[in-house]
Amino acid sequence: MIEGILIGLSTAFTLTNILMVIGGCLIGTFIGMLPGLGPMSIIAIMIPVAITIGDPSAALILLAGVYYGAIFGGSTSSILINAPGVASTVASSFDGYPMARDGKAGKALTIAAIASFCGGTIGAILLMVFAPMLASVALLFHSAEYFALMVVGLSAIAAFAGTGNVAKAMLMTIVGLMLATVGTSALFNAPRFTAGMMELQSGIGFITLAMAMFALPEALYLVLDPARSKRSEENKKITELRINREEARQIAPVIGRQSIQGFFIGVLPGAGATIASFLGYAVERNIASAEDQKMFGKGSIKGLAAPESANNAASTGSFVPLLTLGIPGSGTTAILLGALLALNVTPGPRLMVDQPEIFWSVIISMYLGNLVLLILNLPLIPYIAKILSVPRNFLIPFILFFTLMGAYIGQNNSTELLLLVAFGILATILKFADFPLPPLLIGFILGGMLEDNFARSMQLYDGPSFIYERPMTLVLLILAAGLIVFPVLRNWRTMAKQRRGVSTPD
Amino acid sequence: MTLDRVIAFFILLICLIYGYSAWFIMDAQIAPFMARNPVWPSSFPKLLAIGGVFFALLVLISPHKPKDDPDIDLSRWSGYNYGQAIGLLALMLAYALLLLPLGFLASTFLFLILGSLILGERRWIAMILAAGIASVGIWYLVQEVLGIFLRPLPAMFGA
Repeated sequence: MIEGILIGLSTAFTLTNILMVIGGCLIGTFIGMLPGLGPMSIIAIMIPVAITIGDPSAALILLAGVYYGAIFGGSTSSILINAPGVASTVASSFDGYPMARDGKAGKALTIAAIASFCGGTIGAILLMVFAPMLASVALLFHSAEYFALMVVGLSAIAAFAGTGNVAKAMLMTIVGLMLATVGTSALFNAPRFTAGMMELQSGIGFITLAMAMFALPEALYLVLDPARSKRSEENKKITELRINREEARQIAPVIGRQSIQGFFIGVLPGAGATIASFLGYAVERNIASAEDQKMFGKGSIKGLAAPESANNAASTGSFVPLLTLGIPGSGTTAILLGALLALNVTPGPRLMVDQPEIFWSVIISMYLGNLVLLILNLPLIPYIAKILSVPRNFLIPFILFFTLMGAYIGQNNSTELLLLVAFGILATILKFADFPLPPLLIGFILGGMLEDNFARSMQLYDGPSFIYERPMTLVLLILAAGLIVFPVLRNWRTMAKQRRGVSTPD
Repeated sequence: MTLDRVIAFFILLICLIYGYSAWFIMDAQIAPFMARNPVWPSSFPKLLAIGGVFFALLVLISPHKPKDDPDIDLSRWSGYNYGQAIGLLALMLAYALLLLPLGFLASTFLFLILGSLILGERRWIAMILAAGIASVGIWYLVQEVLGIFLRPLPAMFGA
């Protein structure tokens, strides 16, 4: 391994390769801020550039830089204007945006940058140590376990809602899953629930729904209630950037735990950064003290640090199946696989043996990429945070325009824009009735994968017997049921006690 | 009935329609060779319909408990700027319908100017400058740098 690291160091620390990392991170960060252009599309755009470079290590280093940059850039728009352009940064907006609204935009971005840096770096170290070993473990997970794992993930969102809202959160999740079934089914290519509309055959775009659920209701509410924007106008003058020692002490264990957890979730093909960030958020919320728990969703620094470190660690983790087995675990790594094949590199078990310089220089460039991102972004944060001090009359039309733009680039048809407006209005009504919107979007994101794995297990076992024939699946599903049932029961019990006039012992 | 129960009731209706189309419409159309498969395109939607009905009923019957510290202040609803919000939504619809016929540059320019106009902005020079720079700049970035096609000019010019 030491030998490998040395090979990697000598390849990565050439002038061209360092420039590649810097260039990639810069491009990724700035383009990633535009909603609608996630890491997947940016990498796809950069592939021709990477291929013309010719040297596979340099090309991969460039693409990895773009990848990290894009993830960081995506968090910026989630935090500042509540417009997550990438599924894996949706969880960052839960607490990042409330922080920005309270005038702590600079601090939120700093926490995001530091948490991403730690997540990425810890992920890279773990990748180096565990890559060969993990590859074989990931293969033990079959579609039945993936199905069960996603059910656990969806149930864990009961954690978002807190007491009294579990039923609502579950209902929203199911609506999200239903929206995901609109379009052409993977089974037999049958069109479903399209109401005969051609435009719906490709399904509803993720970005359309993300914009409609988060950015649009927020912008509309800012317009509706002038008092809310006044509050944020008073606040935005204070832009403290520094994290004080107390805060550092609070987030350090969160970052540590979530970097490790995120990495291992990222290793599982198909799970990826999105699930890692949601689970990271849910886990941290559940293990926080009762006092801290109240802050979640209202600008908790822990709630921001958890998904940010988890999604970066998971992005690194997703390189494990790609580099060691040649199996891309996510859309983004699938595109990277395409780029690798175009460069005449075949990832797989032989890669570490045949072309160690590629394997190791990618890992070393991950450290470098994370470091460069941190160095580039920390000084830029005050300027990025200034976006919020643009006068309201200009900022709101721009936010609305960005939502339209994101939906249009994502799907390339203007019917999608009409859907965006319609869903935006519905989401605003749901928000007013205190229905939690994140579960809906999470259900939508995971819906396709959940159904694919469900269908595959049903086919393999010729019916639903996979549920009790595979012990791991059964355990995961029982865990999921517990996650839903316990909060509901607890809630009903407190309610019943209150009705009897007994005060709850707290 | 509180607003959240009304919504839960609507979702219940949607779930019933969704379930009906999964059980009756989709299964009626299934090809014979697919029918032997253990899983149909309608299997997963059927599970969802059952779950949806269950949780919608649960929301309907569970006691309503207002949050102590709601994010949305509904008490001021009578003073809301409904006019501005509806105006902006109408503007977004107009943008969706006019984007292709008018081209990206003109429709974006108009959208940004009219958007700030609806919100009560009257500094014309700043509005024109901001909208102009943003529409040309974003078009240049997306089409020329990133290579994603956005028709810049009205359709009648054929661009």
